[in-house]
Amino acid sequence: MDTGDVPARIAKAPTHIIGFDEITNGGIPRGRTTLVIGGPGSGKTIFALQTLVNGASNLGEPGIFVAFEERSKSIIANASTFGWNIPDLVDKKLFFLDARMDHDVVASGNFDILGLLTSIKAKADEMGAKRIVFDSIDVLLNLFNDPLIERKELYRIYDWFCQTGLTGLLTVRIEVDSLVDQRYGFLQFMADCVVLLHHRLVDRMSTRGLRVLKYRGSSFAENESPLVIGPRGIEISCIRMSEIEYQVSTERVSTGIVRLDSMLNGGYFRGSSVLVTGMPGTAKSTLCGSFINESIRRGESALYVSFDESSNEMVRNLSSVNICLEPYIRSGLLRMYSARTESRSAEEHLMNMRRLIEEHRPKCMVVDPLSALVKSGGQASALAVSQKLIHLAKTRGITLVCSSLLSGGETGIENSEIKVSTIADTWIHLSYVVQGGERNRALTIVKSRGMEHSNQVRELILTDNGVTLTDVYTAGGEVLMGSLRWEKEESEKRENSRIKAQIEQKQRDLELAEAEIISTIDGLSKDLENNRVERIRLAEEERERNASLIKRRTELQELRSADSNSKSNKEGTED
Amino acid sequence: MPAELSDSEKIGIRLYVTCGAPNSIMAVNNLDSIIKGLRDRCNLEIVDILKDPLRALADGILVTPTLIKYQPPPPISLIGNLSEKEKVVDLLGLGEYQR
Repeated sequence: MDTGDVPARIAKAPTHIIGFDEITNGGIPRGRTTLVIGGPGSGKTIFALQTLVNGASNLGEPGIFVAFEERSKSIIANASTFGWNIPDLVDKKLFFLDARMDHDVVASGNFDILGLLTSIKAKADEMGAKRIVFDSIDVLLNLFNDPLIERKELYRIYDWFCQTGLTGLLTVRIEVDSLVDQRYGFLQFMADCVVLLHHRLVDRMSTRGLRVLKYRGSSFAENESPLVIGPRGIEISCIRMSEIEYQVSTERVSTGIVRLDSMLNGGYFRGSSVLVTGMPGTAKSTLCGSFINESIRRGESALYVSFDESSNEMVRNLSSVNICLEPYIRSGLLRMYSARTESRSAEEHLMNMRRLIEEHRPKCMVVDPLSALVKSGGQASALAVSQKLIHLAKTRGITLVCSSLLSGGETGIENSEIKVSTIADTWIHLSYVVQGGERNRALTIVKSRGMEHSNQVRELILTDNGVTLTDVYTAGGEVLMGSLRWEKEESEKRENSRIKAQIEQKQRDLELAEAEIISTIDGLSKDLENNRVERIRLAEEERERNASLIKRRTELQELRSADSNSKSNKEGTED
Repeated sequence: MPAELSDSEKIGIRLYVTCGAPNSIMAVNNLDSIIKGLRDRCNLEIVDILKDPLRALADGILVTPTLIKYQPPPPISLIGNLSEKEKVVDLLGLGEYQR
C-alpha cells in the first residue's frame, strides 16, 4: 500500500467543533482518511458537514460534500437551523455533489469509482478544496454487492486521499455497539482516524456520545465524551481534567446570612463552589436565594438556574423570607432560568448553562437543585455534568452555589443523588432535628477547604425579615432547638432570677444583722461611758468626803481647846 | 441498405470510462463487439473522465464505466464493464437490429 509521504509529525486539520479538537489535540488528520461511524440519528452527517463548513468559512479550506445518501438540497435545508449560512458558501467555498445512484440503474459486470475520484479531484483542484466528505460511504460500497470489491474500492479511496493530500471524512452507518460482526469492521483497520458516535437510551433519556477509537500517530482522549446536537450544531463536552489551572482568589463573598459569614470566617471564597445538601424543605433554596440576593445587592450580576420549579414560583417563595428578586430581574442584573429536567439530557442542560454564562457573564451563580440532573440521564452523566459545571464556573471565576437533594436516610451522611461533595469546596448540610413534637432546621458546615470554619451546629430560622442563624442549646450532650431550646432558655432565665433574688434576700438579712450588731455596740459603749462617768463621780465624792472629814476634825479640835496645831495634832494622834 | 440516418433517428449512446482502468478497457471492448455491424445506427461517444473530469461531474457520473443511452427516450443508465452482453443488447433495444 502506498501511504504517500509521511510527514515527521502528523498534520491536523482543525474541525472547530467545540470539544473535538481538544479530544484529538488539533483535529482530524490532514491528508488522511477519517471514519465517522454511527447508527441512525447519531449525528454523522452533521459532524461531517460541520467540519466542512467550519473549514470553508473559518479556515480558508474549501470543501466538497459528496452525498450518496441524501439529496444535497435536503442536507442544506436540514442544516439551515444551525445558522451556518451554507447558501453563502455554496459554489465558491463549498460544493455539494449529489451522488445518489439512480434506482433504475442497471449493473452489468464490474465497475469502479475511479471516475468519481477523478472528477472530485478535478473539482477540488478547480476550487482549491482541501476537505472531502463522503456521506455515507457504505451506500456507495453497497453498489458493488461484493465484499471483496468493496474492500478493494475502499482501499482505492484511502490511497486516493493519501496521494492527493485531501483530507477525507467518510461517514459509515453502523450501530457502534455491534461493531465486531459488522460487514464494514475492516474499515476501522484501514482508516487513520476512527470516530465513533453513539446514540443510546440511558434511563429512558436519549444520550449521545463521541469516542475516538484510534488515531494513528497522535495521542487523543480515549474516553467517551458526551455529544450534544445543539442550536449551533454539534458540541462535545470535553474537559481535560488533567489541566486543572484556575485563578484562585482569597476574596470572600458574603453568603447573605451574617452569622453564616462569621461561621465561615468571612464568607465563601470567590470563585469557589459550594454544595448545599438537605432533605426536602430544609431551606436549601432559601440559602441559595440569600446568596444571590446579597450578590445582586453588591451590584454583581447573577444567574439563578432552577430545575423543575418555575422562576416565578421561586421568586414568590423567596419573597416570603424577605428576599425580593423581582426588581433585579427587571433591571437585568439577575437572570433566572428554569427548565424541566426530563426535557433534555444532562449534557444539554450543561450546554444551556454554558450559553447562559456566556451571555450573562454572572459573578455568582446558583443551580437549584443540581441533583435534578440525575433525572435527565442517570447518575453517571449527572456526576460528569456536575463536575464539568464546577470546572466551568471555576475557569470563569464564578462563585457557584449548588443545592443537592438528599433522598432521606441518616442525616449528616451524604446520601445524595449526586456524589459531588468531594469536588465542592464548601459543603453545607441542612437537616431536620425532630424534638418535642417539632421539626427544626439545623445547619452544619461539613467542610470548607482552605478556611477556618465553625464546627458547631446552628439552628436556621426563617422569618418574615429574613434568614438568621442562632446558637443551639447544648445541654448534657443534647442539642436542643426550637421551642425546646426556648423552654430551656426560659427555665434557665427563671432559675437565674430565683438565685438572684435569694442572694439579695441574704444580703438584706446580713445588712440587718450588721445594723443590729452596730446598735448593740452603741448601747454597750454608752453603758461603758456611764460606767466610766459613775466611777469618776464616785472618786470625786470620795475625795470630797475625805476633805470634809478633815475639815470637820479641824473644826472639832478648835472647838475643844484652841491648842497649838502641833499639840492638838499630838493629842489628836493620841486619841 | 437505407440512406444514412439522421442523428435523431440513431441510438444515442455515451460511455464514460477511465482510460487505462481494467473495467473501462473491458467495457470499451464489450461495447465494441455489441454494436458491431450497427455502427451506422448508433451515435457513440466515449468520454474519458481523466481527460474531462468536470463533465462527468456535471453529468452525475459516479462509477466507471457508465453507459447512458439517451436516445430514443427514455434514457437508460448502465454501469459495469458490460460483460453481460445480452442484458446490454436488451436494454439498449438493439435486439431487433441484430437479428
